[in-house]
Amino acid sequence: MRSDTGKLSLILLMAPFALWIVLLIALPQFGIGYVSLREKVGPGEYELGFANYTAFLGEPIYWNTLLRTAWMSILVTFLALVVGFPVAYYIAKIARKRARAGLFLLCLIPLWVSDLVRAFGWIVLLRETGIVSSSLQWMGVISGPVELLYNDITVIIGLVYTVVLFMIVPLVSTLDGMDDAMLEAGYNLGGSRFTVFRRIIVPYAMPGLVAGCIITFMLTAGSYLTPILLGGKNSSWFTEQIYNQFITRYNWEAGATFGVLLLAFTSLVVWVGLRLTGQSLATTVAKE
Amino acid sequence: MYDLRCESVIKRFGNFTAVNGVSFGVPAGSFFSILGPSGCGKTTLMRMIAGFEHPDAGDILLKENSVLNLAPNKRNVKMVFQHLALFPMMNVGENIAYGLRCRGDAKAGIGEKVRAVLDRVGLPGVEDKQISQLSGGQKQRIAIARCMVLEPDVLLLDEPLGALDLKLREHMKIELKQLQHQFETTFLYITHDQSEALVMSDNVAVMNAGRFEQIGPPRELYDNPVSGFVAGFVGDTNRWEGRIDRLVDGTARVALNGGGSVLAKTGANSLREASAVEVFVRPEAVAIGRGNDGATLSGRVDSLLFNGANSRILVRTETGKLVEVADTSGATGFNEGDPIDIHWHADRALCFARDAA
Repeated sequence: MRSDTGKLSLILLMAPFALWIVLLIALPQFGIGYVSLREKVGPGEYELGFANYTAFLGEPIYWNTLLRTAWMSILVTFLALVVGFPVAYYIAKIARKRARAGLFLLCLIPLWVSDLVRAFGWIVLLRETGIVSSSLQWMGVISGPVELLYNDITVIIGLVYTVVLFMIVPLVSTLDGMDDAMLEAGYNLGGSRFTVFRRIIVPYAMPGLVAGCIITFMLTAGSYLTPILLGGKNSSWFTEQIYNQFITRYNWEAGATFGVLLLAFTSLVVWVGLRLTGQSLATTVAKE
Repeated sequence: MYDLRCESVIKRFGNFTAVNGVSFGVPAGSFFSILGPSGCGKTTLMRMIAGFEHPDAGDILLKENSVLNLAPNKRNVKMVFQHLALFPMMNVGENIAYGLRCRGDAKAGIGEKVRAVLDRVGLPGVEDKQISQLSGGQKQRIAIARCMVLEPDVLLLDEPLGALDLKLREHMKIELKQLQHQFETTFLYITHDQSEALVMSDNVAVMNAGRFEQIGPPRELYDNPVSGFVAGFVGDTNRWEGRIDRLVDGTARVALNGGGSVLAKTGANSLREASAVEVFVRPEAVAIGRGNDGATLSGRVDSLLFNGANSRILVRTETGKLVEVADTSGATGFNEGDPIDIHWHADRALCFARDAA
């Protein structure tokens, strides 16, 4: 009797989680995987095969877009790290205890506004008739209006802005756990600022650093709004290709293939990153 | 020849003076302790010596050269931190090699030096262990080895035994003293635990509210404290407040608050009749039985506190004061409630002016 109620409560507790995993994550992924393996041989006729994948490899524009997305995502991740690390270090180690919560909140505030609105915010600033362009004209730096949207630099700036918070949060929580005495010991034993940074701070922060990098990389590679709105037609972001296949060309098979490829490729990049830094998922993103 | 000297060092934080005009010298190769309650400024003083704080006035000299303008990483003082601050992301060998690599030692010699220092602290062959695999005492020794491998002029130790359990702490006291002998390096040890300071040190400075009250060998502090604070802080003692009744040749008759009077030697400070004083008597100075002329107190045994060679008898005197009496034999045959007489030599009781505070 007792064990029955125990079982029942376990089932009831696990049910929402299991439903979520199966219905929202496993099934759609299997569905996408299945669709990607369907070859269209005639109207309404399909066969299983790898034709969609060979088609992808045979068309340089497709895999170039994927490589470009990966490369730009790595760059965004790196820039987010460069921007986020000092911020995280300041919040965790330098700011007074009382200021910390406030600073953290300041980092969170942009998240209260949707991605879309934030992207439009950038457009307001950077378009030809935007604030930056008109201020520069008013100051006499440039003679005519200048279009600052629709180039790679703007896309990268916008993406860094969108994801940098996800770099800061795990970094703050790891750096917060670092005893100041460890830094002092580093100096006391003869280390210069650079040595202490390279041999003590960075290795100590490595789990948070890698976790932040994985999250920002995945978010960037899978982002859609920011590259489209800030990069326009030139952005050539891989998610845009997926969208085009599904919606514009109504080619679900190709779209599903691209989706699987994006997941596989970004996972591969993350795996390589983990191997290079000697970390594992258990020590980084899965860490409490 | 002093390895370390401080001259009138002052450090203020806002309106608070943490270290107030401290001067002392540590002779080469000796074990020097700074003993004081928490908040007395001893850690601030140590951090100034290590270079993490800058004194507002005064000078700090290492081997007779001022180090005030040297960054922490350029001073040849190494520090064992309170919680050791071993680097968890490096193994034992890398922890010890860190300083050597910062110094720019040739790669070839580093391994040999690490091995040699591990031998000297009695932990040969642990280079490849992770820090988390070590016991508390082993971590302690690695923290010391990590500093000693750099052959510092002075090794600073900031209450490193605080985190250990009692048994290990007793053991590490002896071990630290032996390590100091073995390395023949000057140790500057900071603690709030008087027994640590007394057992290990050649000289102890007692610090209170930013000042040094007394500097001297442990025995001198114990037998001839110069102030009520030192008498109360170093070693166990009975302490009563009272007022001087009569003063003859440095011996005072003190009327205790709450009744009764005792004879006591006046400390180094100038006391007059009617001065408010505190009387200090060590438990082991109190003998059981009747003594001569008025130094005898009568009472009853309040409780027996057995602790091996440190056993105590608590005596409740007729005036209601509790007196701790050393019961060295532990076999005096008293029971709780028994009547008992106690006495002591007038020159083994000391009285000092009561602090205005």
